[in-house]
Amino acid sequence: MSKIKDPFAGERLKETPFHPRQSALNLRNAWSSWNGYLFADCYYEAEYEYFCIRNQCGTYDITPMQKYEISGADAEAMLNRMVTRDISKLRKNRVTYVCWCTDEGRMIDDGTIFMLTCGSPSLAWLRKSSFGYKDVTIKDLSDTVAALSFQGPTSCEVLKKMGLSKIDTLKPFGIKHFKFKGGKLMVSRTGFTGDLGYELWIDPKLALDLWDALYAAGEDFGIQPYGETATNMARLEAGFIMPEMEFNEALKTIHFQHDQTPLELDLGWLVDFKKPHFNGRNALLREKEKGTEYMLTKLDIQGNKPAEESFLYSDKACTKQIGYVTSAMWSPVVKANIALAMIKTKHLDGDIWAEINYVKELRQLSKMAKCTVMKKPFWAPARAKATPPGPY
Amino acid sequence: MKKYDAIIIGAGHNGLTNAAYLARAGLDVLVVEKNDYIGGAAASRQLHNGFWYSNCSYVCSMMRQAIHRDLDLTKHGLVLVPYLGTVGFADNGDTLISYHSEGPEYNHLRARSPHDADAMFRFQTDLARYAQLIRKTLLRTPPDPTSFRPRDIKELIFLAREFGTLGQKEIYEYIRFFTMSAAEFLEDYFEDDLIKAAMASPGIIGTALGVYSPGSAYILLHHVMGDVDGNIGAWGLARGGMGAISKAIAGALQEAGGEIMTEAPVKQILVTNGKAVGVILENDEELHANIVVSNLDAKRTFTKVMDKKDLPPGIYDKAKNFKIRGSSGKVNIALSGLPKFTNVPDNRYINRGGQAFLGSLETMERAYDCWKRGTWSEDPFVESVIPSAWDPTVAPPGQHWMSNFIQYCPAELADGPWTPEKRDAFGQTVIDKIERYSPGFKKLILHAEIRTPHEIENEVGLTEGNIFQGELTIDQLLFNRPFPGYAQYRMPIKNMYMCGSSTHPGGGVSSACGANAAREILKDLRRKNTVPEDDCYDE
Amino acid sequence: MTKQYDTIIIGAGHNGLVCAAYLAKKGQKVLLLEAADTLGGLASTREFHPGFKASVAHTINQFSSKIVGDLNLAAYGFKSGKPMQSVGLSEDGQHVSIANGKVTGVGQSDIDAFARYTKMMQRYAKAMAGFSLQTIPPIGNNSFSEVLTFAKMGLKIRGLGREDMRELLRIISLPARDLMDENFDNPILKAMLSWDGLIGSKMAPRSPNNTVLMMLFRMIGEHRGAHALPVGGMDGLINALSNALTSSGAEIRTSAPVGQVLVNRSKNGLSAVGVILQNGEEFKAQRIVSAVDPKQTFLDLVGVDNLEIEFTNRINRLRSDGYVAKLHLALDGLPDFNGINIPNERMIIAPEMDAIEFAFDDAKYGEASSEPVMEVMLPSLRDQSLAPEGKHVLSAHIMYVPYNRKGGWTKKAKDQLAKNAIKTLSQYAPGIEKQIAHAELLTPADIAESHLVTGGHWHHGEFALDQMMMMRPTYEAAQYKTPIPGLYLASAGCHPGGGIMGGPGHNAAHEILK
Repeated sequence: MSKIKDPFAGERLKETPFHPRQSALNLRNAWSSWNGYLFADCYYEAEYEYFCIRNQCGTYDITPMQKYEISGADAEAMLNRMVTRDISKLRKNRVTYVCWCTDEGRMIDDGTIFMLTCGSPSLAWLRKSSFGYKDVTIKDLSDTVAALSFQGPTSCEVLKKMGLSKIDTLKPFGIKHFKFKGGKLMVSRTGFTGDLGYELWIDPKLALDLWDALYAAGEDFGIQPYGETATNMARLEAGFIMPEMEFNEALKTIHFQHDQTPLELDLGWLVDFKKPHFNGRNALLREKEKGTEYMLTKLDIQGNKPAEESFLYSDKACTKQIGYVTSAMWSPVVKANIALAMIKTKHLDGDIWAEINYVKELRQLSKMAKCTVMKKPFWAPARAKATPPGPY
Repeated sequence: MKKYDAIIIGAGHNGLTNAAYLARAGLDVLVVEKNDYIGGAAASRQLHNGFWYSNCSYVCSMMRQAIHRDLDLTKHGLVLVPYLGTVGFADNGDTLISYHSEGPEYNHLRARSPHDADAMFRFQTDLARYAQLIRKTLLRTPPDPTSFRPRDIKELIFLAREFGTLGQKEIYEYIRFFTMSAAEFLEDYFEDDLIKAAMASPGIIGTALGVYSPGSAYILLHHVMGDVDGNIGAWGLARGGMGAISKAIAGALQEAGGEIMTEAPVKQILVTNGKAVGVILENDEELHANIVVSNLDAKRTFTKVMDKKDLPPGIYDKAKNFKIRGSSGKVNIALSGLPKFTNVPDNRYINRGGQAFLGSLETMERAYDCWKRGTWSEDPFVESVIPSAWDPTVAPPGQHWMSNFIQYCPAELADGPWTPEKRDAFGQTVIDKIERYSPGFKKLILHAEIRTPHEIENEVGLTEGNIFQGELTIDQLLFNRPFPGYAQYRMPIKNMYMCGSSTHPGGGVSSACGANAAREILKDLRRKNTVPEDDCYDE
Repeated sequence: MTKQYDTIIIGAGHNGLVCAAYLAKKGQKVLLLEAADTLGGLASTREFHPGFKASVAHTINQFSSKIVGDLNLAAYGFKSGKPMQSVGLSEDGQHVSIANGKVTGVGQSDIDAFARYTKMMQRYAKAMAGFSLQTIPPIGNNSFSEVLTFAKMGLKIRGLGREDMRELLRIISLPARDLMDENFDNPILKAMLSWDGLIGSKMAPRSPNNTVLMMLFRMIGEHRGAHALPVGGMDGLINALSNALTSSGAEIRTSAPVGQVLVNRSKNGLSAVGVILQNGEEFKAQRIVSAVDPKQTFLDLVGVDNLEIEFTNRINRLRSDGYVAKLHLALDGLPDFNGINIPNERMIIAPEMDAIEFAFDDAKYGEASSEPVMEVMLPSLRDQSLAPEGKHVLSAHIMYVPYNRKGGWTKKAKDQLAKNAIKTLSQYAPGIEKQIAHAELLTPADIAESHLVTGGHWHHGEFALDQMMMMRPTYEAAQYKTPIPGLYLASAGCHPGGGIMGGPGHNAAHEILK
């Protein structure tokens, strides 16, 4: 007889180690899926959760992120060929933001290196990248490390209260290790919100203990789980890019050059041409010399109607289309109508108009709104970069 | 005596489509069919009490939605419903279940191989890219590469330009994909044997090639380039069986005033002064028409229903050499209940999908080796589906019919002709194989219809029982299909056309061949084109 | 101190020699490095038993006469031999022979069909011959001159006439079996004509897409597909090339295996600047030409660290596993083949296409066929220096023998294969087993090791549509330049491919001199 008890088991998404606590708090039962895991869109209300990030602190379950350990004598050489930044000067206990490209310089994914983390499965590409190196071992840690992003102005205070000594001395992109309930807790000062925040990495067996300790310490500091919708708001204010919004992962792109290069995505600072060789170098060098056709640009847009999926024009009469909006929202904290957009580079200095479609009580309306190019992120509080972060 | 504008030989789905378009353009059209039922290989037949077998073709994904909409097939009763994923079975009973949504699918693959779970994204992306390019050609007439006529040059430029949109790297990848073997192509993506076997299996269906034969990667694409409602690679079932498709097209034909004559086998196409003028039926009745369209395969058309004397030199040999190898069998089974499979969760979603008894790449290749030696494998590749699990109209309540497609089954046996005993032994091999994965399966069997290429040829009229009306190898694709110089549906005899799957774009229940031929006929008659030229998808 | 050259060429197979000869002739300072102690690579003649010599490649059928002329090889002693007959052996002695474009030993209808068929194939081969000694430009983003090249190719094909062109576009992808069945009746004739489309590859009579191209490719040479042995054997060609080379002032170093191509890595990118031998010796040059197969060139000599990821994987996935073993027999006397007076022609043992097909089936699963099919000749009958007087060398290509044998190439497996091959031979030459003084069997794995060719593959990579022309070895290195400035390819792994032809060497030299 078949031992399978739940005939639908295979149809169900996996639960992260934090799931028992998170499902209890997910009053709206709003779940979607990320890399095969059940994953919260929101718990109570997205805007409420968003303000927790900006005003207090919140946790965001990043266990579904893909995590790889790359080791061996050739690991550095292999990674240094794969990513566009020079990681040969990588220091211990530092997190480095990187991206990697196809031979044609099209961006496959971005991620961070301490172990390697990224949003989408990358094992096949890592395997291809490691081919020919004699001493490289790739371990997929995705299901063996639980991770919780912990963001917001009071986050440092909560960790302090939890007993993580000298956590306030941890610099942005730094890593500290702590003992926790007989196991190890790794804390990196990283995040996807543009604010003060940390990411906590732990053995899945200790995940619930970590959750309980964190929520006990955070009770008086407004701790709250937040979901994908709030994350997406916060990251847009910070000017961070999102796959399937700002870029198509090159290996999942069907149409020729419907993927992007890091230069187009305004990630030129990640591309180190002083490095003699890395994947996509020749193609990117050619693009750099020629100038990119498009450039990802931050826009401040007149009015308050989000310019979602808007076309951009160089004139109010819409005679010349010069780009399109990739993400847009009304920023509650900045009180601005913000957007990220791909705009033809040669039109960046001219007028930019967005054609905004919106609905007013079932009527489909459209209006033209003037756009201003912003050089800096919309939200970049001093505490995000300060060490110690200072009082909340 | 009555003279039709056009006589179409064979009421398969392409013949009916062709006739429907001609009738809608105002032509007086007659379809003659040898059987007492219409549909050819797209038929639903009640061969056991209350059980309607789609006894040849059994699933549908290539039906062009433009034709479906244009001929208003829904009004004529056609409902195509996508079916869920398929369970692949390995030799050792291991199963690969394809789940309908990305998350569970990823998890299931990941449990077998995290590498392959990731690689699957790239594989699906690449296949979609290849499929999109080829799909654009389906409702177009292939150009003649030797011609300097403007329309051929225009069409060649169209193809070159579409090819060019792939970008340099993908142009080369495409050529590679188009020419190599399914198994070797998959090496670049996957490491897990069962995943490879499952992905490779469409590469052999209906074809006299093995998973290791160059060219099988294209066959794979031919089977996954279809779609249901824009989901490339999805498969659908017609409510009421495949006959519902033919019935709906016949409905459109009759609504436009076309006639269908069943039990009217054609003995010969009448040719006078180098022009086709009609047909003689087996009962010696003569039917006259200005145009004769053959929906029979190219080999049958020129070697069986035409007088060699009527043909220009060389055509008979071309037809004789046309590759139309029979390699598939079919076992249709009426069951008293829904079979249960080992290592498969018994849930409603999985039960509504298909089963693929794969074994491994080697099992499939060895089955091909048997075919080459004129016998069938004791361990053949079987692709099954139980349409009654979701279609209430094809079996009595609580009972089921199961369609089993077998690769390979030779058209000619090394030890002499097919006999009923050999046919039954072949069927038993298939049933025994299924029993291994579904203990108790045999006890459920109420009735079985076993079809080797021999039965398929005799009943449906497909030479050697080849399901595509001719192999889908490069020498018989696009401007080479069916013969170089005759790929634009016009045949060497004046006023004679072909509209079957022997023509571009080939086999599969797509209606594209019939529609394309109608477009060319209307062009020759200087009538306005009413046949859709693309499939109206934005991809 | 390191010496500075204009060009260093790695690998003194015939393509390395040809490329070096062209460059040296133009006055370049050339160094040619060879790992073995003999020149010629797979065409090198080596002693396999005291007094008995043989080479892996045992005939020539397409060496370019343009190269012979350009390099004035006649002056250096090259003299192409008389074309050989091809004989399809029949156990009962009713052999089928092809000589001077005519077939004997078959029925009249086959004789007529053969005449038609040969004419047709030769027209096609002629139309395509010109492509082999030129660089095939990439598709997409072409310069005017490159578009012109394609247009010329198209017109050349169109120049065949409409019917011929149509027929070419059809048969070009046919499996050998279909092409043969369409034309002939005699099973031996069919098998021996398929042979030239199959040998050296992982293809059997039923494999579509690549066979006819291979046949046509082999019909390009001066004897239109007939095989020959130059005067002096294979060495006749190799010596002429090396003489031409040294007289132009080029240096040749044998027993000098290269360990690494020296790649300079700076903020300006990469460039190939020299080589380091396995013994540590270093040589510098403006450019490096590798006549070693692409896999070794990139994966071993250049190193993946200097290459792009997808490129590396494309090189790695090149299909380059050999399927032909080589049998060398030292014979005490002349074997007695049924129905043949003097066995000095090229003999094919494959009684019908299915025999080839079924031999291939075993190889698919990693086994050597128990009933091998083979091509046999006795080179000592044409070049007496290969064996002591009165004694002979039998040289045979055995198909199909996988490079990767399931379970590895154990001594037992090799002995079994040799036994099977000799047993097959003895069916056609009874008593031969008693004449054998020594037998050497080289599996593809042995050839890989002894001749330093990846997979032991004659052609450095399957000759298949997706590995041809502007895709050989892969599209980023198909115009002899590589992604690394200063590094060129000149091996059989490039267009137009393998066989003792010289095309890759010629074309690479042409690109360098451009």
